[in-house]
Amino acid sequence: MLLSTFMSPLYGRFIMLIILAGLWQSTAWLVNSSDFPSLLLVLDSFIYHFSQGDMVANLSVTLTRVFISFIIALILGVIIGILMGISKRVNQLSDTLLIIALNIPALVTILLCYIWFGLVESAAITAVVINKIPTVVVMIREGARVVDQDLLSVAKIYKLSLRKTFFKVFLPQLYPYIMASARAGLSLIWKIVLVVELLGRSDGVGFALNTLFQFFDIAGILAYTFAFISIVLVIEHLIFKPLDKLISRGHHCDSA
Amino acid sequence: MIALDIAIKNKFYPNSDSVVLKDVTFKAKPGEFIAIIGPSGCGKTTLLNMLSGLEEANGQKLLYNSKTLLDNSEYQLGYVFQQPRLMPWLTVTENLQLVLPSAQQKKIDTLLTQVGLAGKGDYYPKQLSGGMQRRVAIARAFSVNPDLILLDEPFNSLDAPTAAKLRLLLVNLCKSCDSTVVFVTHDLTEAINLADRIIFMSNSPSSIIHQVKVDLPKPRQESGSIELAWQAKLMSQYPQILSGSLSTR
Repeated sequence: MLLSTFMSPLYGRFIMLIILAGLWQSTAWLVNSSDFPSLLLVLDSFIYHFSQGDMVANLSVTLTRVFISFIIALILGVIIGILMGISKRVNQLSDTLLIIALNIPALVTILLCYIWFGLVESAAITAVVINKIPTVVVMIREGARVVDQDLLSVAKIYKLSLRKTFFKVFLPQLYPYIMASARAGLSLIWKIVLVVELLGRSDGVGFALNTLFQFFDIAGILAYTFAFISIVLVIEHLIFKPLDKLISRGHHCDSA
Repeated sequence: MIALDIAIKNKFYPNSDSVVLKDVTFKAKPGEFIAIIGPSGCGKTTLLNMLSGLEEANGQKLLYNSKTLLDNSEYQLGYVFQQPRLMPWLTVTENLQLVLPSAQQKKIDTLLTQVGLAGKGDYYPKQLSGGMQRRVAIARAFSVNPDLILLDEPFNSLDAPTAAKLRLLLVNLCKSCDSTVVFVTHDLTEAINLADRIIFMSNSPSSIIHQVKVDLPKPRQESGSIELAWQAKLMSQYPQILSGSLSTR
């Protein structure tokens, strides 16, 4: 009885976290080095930065950048991905370009954008977007390739408008692919945004981490990391999970 | 209601030289129920797809009311595919709304009652049984008040009682809609049960080998004695007709 309560998914998650925290705290005590701060020290640092106000400001700046570049990359990536998926010609024309874009190191795009456009906000966003678009395109293209032609022929027979065909018949088949690239996108984008901030912005989490690094403030670095990961977890539960439910409606029902 | 005048000389498989349909010529009067029977793989679905405009019909004569069939902006078409082809992300009601020009809740409710799915409007297709999904597909085809309705073995792989129920439903819907019907099947009993005229096709490359008017009174009975006698007479005359040959052996 007790065991089954603990094995339920929700408790399971907390138990893993608590075990991890315990392990960390005891290892920190054993190692007893300033390079390996204990959990309590990190918590102290978190409270300090949070109450100072700089953490909230930096987090919100970074989040804004992540949000803007995420939206732009997703919209452009979906459009290009669909075009490449449904048109052989477009695919042939841009396939090589896609492979090149996929393999340019993120750092190179960031540096070039800063050099060409200057150390400005738009250069930072552009760099992130360029890094992210190709991975979205790859995923959406696969989705658009396997769109069910049978369902599209239904749209043709019943003379659905182009708009209805796209939004009610075509696009819903891509939702799982869009969802997957959104998830993968968020985690990749916030990492790239940090690099962008580290290299050429004077605010944001990336900038703060750089500053903390100069002072070897490891507790501070970890405090920031946790703050950001918690935000991503909240986004996952408040936005992605409900969206998942919405788009998978009708797909996982037992036959009557 | 529309009349059909079909003359297909040669229909090739896409990107190949092999012929699917050869010299397929038939006419249908407005409101006539035509059943097409042929061995599997003989190109019956291709024929329906050509009639519906899904398959190219370049150079072939496809006329309705003496106008080309491909220009389907002037008449309403209903097509019941072999598979129900419902959008899994839309509820039953939304699937019907999709093909209607405006939200006609009352009409949808009436149709769902007619096909015996009253109260199931908020279900997703995967929550319904195979037979129910096909009923939704039939309701969808009739919701647009079709002038021409094409059915491609719609009762395939259903158990006998369900298929019988759906045939009855189809008869009733056709009566209320006055549509011209082209019904593809490989089941002779089913064809005799439903059709005004039966067209028999040969093996690939397919052509029409025989046309016969079913001059039996309606409503007909599932395996009724008159119907069975009619079928027996036809089969004794052409024992090989279902395998696509008119030979008398």
